[in-house]
Amino acid sequence: MEVCLIIMKAKIVIHQQHAQNPQELTELCPFGAIEYMNGQLNINAACKMCKLCVKNGPVGVFELIEKQQVEIDKTQWRGIAVYVENTNGVIHPVTYELIGKAIELSKKIAHPVYAVFIGSQIKEQANELLYWGVDAVYVYDQPEFASFRIEPYAAAFEDFILQASPSTILVGGTTLGRSLAPRVAARFGTGLTADCTHLEMQANTDLDQIRPAFGGNIMAHIRTPNHRPQFATVRYKIFSAPQRRDARSGTLITRELPSEKLVSNIRVLSLKNKPAIVSIEDAQVIVVAGRGVRKKQDMAMLQSLAERLSGQVAATRPLIEAGWVDARCQIGLSGRTVSPQLLIACGVSGSVQFSAGMTGSQHIVAINIDPNAPIFKIAHIGLVGDLYEIIPLLLERMEAGMHSKQTSHLPFPENVVK
Amino acid sequence: MNIIVCIKQVPSTSDVKIDEKTGSLIRDGVESKMNPYDLFALETALQMKQQVGANITVLSMGPPQVQDIINEAYLMGDVEGAILSDRCMAGADCLATSFALSQCIQRIGLPDLVICGKQTTDGDTAQVGAEIAEFLHIPHITNVLKIDDIKEKSIIVESDLPDITQTVELQFPALISVEKDIVQPRLPSYKRKRSLPSLHVRSFNRNDLADKDEEKYGLNGSPTRVVRIFPPEKTRKTELVQGNSTELADKFYETLAEWKFV
Ligand SMILES: Cc1cc2nc3c(=O)[nH]c(=O)nc-3n(C[C@H](O)[C@H](O)[C@@H](O)COP(=O)(O)OP(=O)(O)OC[C@H]3O[C@@H](n4cnc5c(N)ncnc54)[C@H](O)[C@@H]3O)c2cc1C
Ligand code: SF4
Repeated sequence: MEVCLIIMKAKIVIHQQHAQNPQELTELCPFGAIEYMNGQLNINAACKMCKLCVKNGPVGVFELIEKQQVEIDKTQWRGIAVYVENTNGVIHPVTYELIGKAIELSKKIAHPVYAVFIGSQIKEQANELLYWGVDAVYVYDQPEFASFRIEPYAAAFEDFILQASPSTILVGGTTLGRSLAPRVAARFGTGLTADCTHLEMQANTDLDQIRPAFGGNIMAHIRTPNHRPQFATVRYKIFSAPQRRDARSGTLITRELPSEKLVSNIRVLSLKNKPAIVSIEDAQVIVVAGRGVRKKQDMAMLQSLAERLSGQVAATRPLIEAGWVDARCQIGLSGRTVSPQLLIACGVSGSVQFSAGMTGSQHIVAINIDPNAPIFKIAHIGLVGDLYEIIPLLLERMEAGMHSKQTSHLPFPENVVK
Repeated sequence: MNIIVCIKQVPSTSDVKIDEKTGSLIRDGVESKMNPYDLFALETALQMKQQVGANITVLSMGPPQVQDIINEAYLMGDVEGAILSDRCMAGADCLATSFALSQCIQRIGLPDLVICGKQTTDGDTAQVGAEIAEFLHIPHITNVLKIDDIKEKSIIVESDLPDITQTVELQFPALISVEKDIVQPRLPSYKRKRSLPSLHVRSFNRNDLADKDEEKYGLNGSPTRVVRIFPPEKTRKTELVQGNSTELADKFYETLAEWKFV
């Protein structure tokens, strides 16, 4: 038997007559929500329902009144759905990462996995999705979906939910996903948890979601206990993509929306490609510059290290703000999340805001003069020293290493004369 | 043109501590300020006012202390204030926040344009804007990078999508949420402080709204529940290497070789 969580609605009632020192009682609340005015204790809108006043206050003053709420029938909602993020039909890789996660979550509760694909002329790509282990792909392929406009996209998503009644919906935490998911979640009056970094399924189909908040200074464990579907967004590179399968499986379900669902008050005038730089999310090796780098010119040194390793240069926020490095190469909570094979942090202190965007890296090397720098808590190898000395020496060694490798390939090493 | 700018009060620092025993946030003595992302929303509105003329109302939901950030907004430019404060709205998640704000916006009168910040520095979800738009049944564009043109009944903006930027014309009434750096927010003018008493602020509570159902606001109206908050874990065995630079460079090179990068 599974244990059902009974959802309570709660409120705190103040019994004024029991309050001995009302003024002092205002101190009980860490959020400053208790106020004493005109001889009355009051709780204002700052209350976070932390219940500390009930727990720590004098007996009988603050009373928690709970009301049981009718629990929804969760068996009516089956399936884990993934929104297929795409630009002109080109599927964004976060989609495969989410499909992988959805399959993993579905095993625990034996639910089907769905993909929701909205776009124009996407038949071929929809077929491709059948190689990734989903049970069904819902395809919305109409010319009105050629460019992203919120009303038609939300209408298609709504249609999918009404058709399939999924229990959980995962959406990539891209700019598009973070515009579409809240719109649809609000339409269904349900919960959406942003930027999850960890997801786990409970037997009763509640999704345990963990996400950073307060700029990465705290982690929050969030649940949507009495609403379906439960929505979560996840950024690119948080989970890893599964292997593409050799054989296709699952079915394509093509849906068509009536024209009145496709109207929009948004007219797309033009689209501009962003300058084609390899995004740092895709780089296998990343050299990160932090405040330990003293001047803009010194970026050249890091650039050559990155080039030697066929990688890319990225930076922490202050350097981006100084304009030394392109803003798209900012790593961290307010920048990108990366998980390369190798990340070399040069003169990076390692604030939580930064590390939130890179802890998934396979191998982390940190160079910092300060042995107490927080970056050393996350690095695999921490070099306590001056990057201005270490990197040139390393480059020398790499140069020498290259030569010795090349010479060793020569059948008759002429330079080795005994 | 009528504009409502939504602004939120957040702790001055996001360096909050957690009470390990109770699992609640300790915000004692932490000052509050306007969510920094909302400065860009407000500046966008103020520039529109300069360009085409507009009435701007800044709206904030929270405890009565949100008056402080309404004042802050007034020091930046000519705005009116609206405060939505009711105990039943405490503990709201994005859905309950957006619902309450949308109710209040309708009470004030649906403007041509609602402008939100990209996200906040506390809850940090970037979801409220799109949810307000849904409740108001108006179109929205998030991640606005640039305002190209303001017309009589529409606005032309550039927005950021994953691989492209899109230029769109958006019919009023509409909602946009703006990227940080879309404009350079002006500094508060201390000259305006003298005229602060003339700042017009309207206060609303649940009874002023069309939908008075207590179940739809605050914690009761929030589908998500914060089960637990905890500090991010930092457990990784680091091999800390000390020595002179030559030794460190040697170690570095050996490590890269061991990991097969060189
Ligand atoms: C640790 C933690 C994690 C949380 N995680 C989630 C979660 O995953 N999902 C969820 O639904 N809720 C979550 N919440 C609750 C949620 O963060 C807020 O309480 C909610 O009220 C506003 O969301 P936000 O701060 O993320 O705003 P955002 O959506 O980031 O704000 C965007 C814009 O909306 C406007 N705005 C936001 N709040 C107000 C306001 N009160 N008054 C006026 N304008 C406003 C501003 O223009 C702002 O720039 C979490 C709270 C905590 C403490
Ligand atoms: S429940 Fe917590 S936040 Fe609310 S009044 Fe009591 S102590 Fe303050």
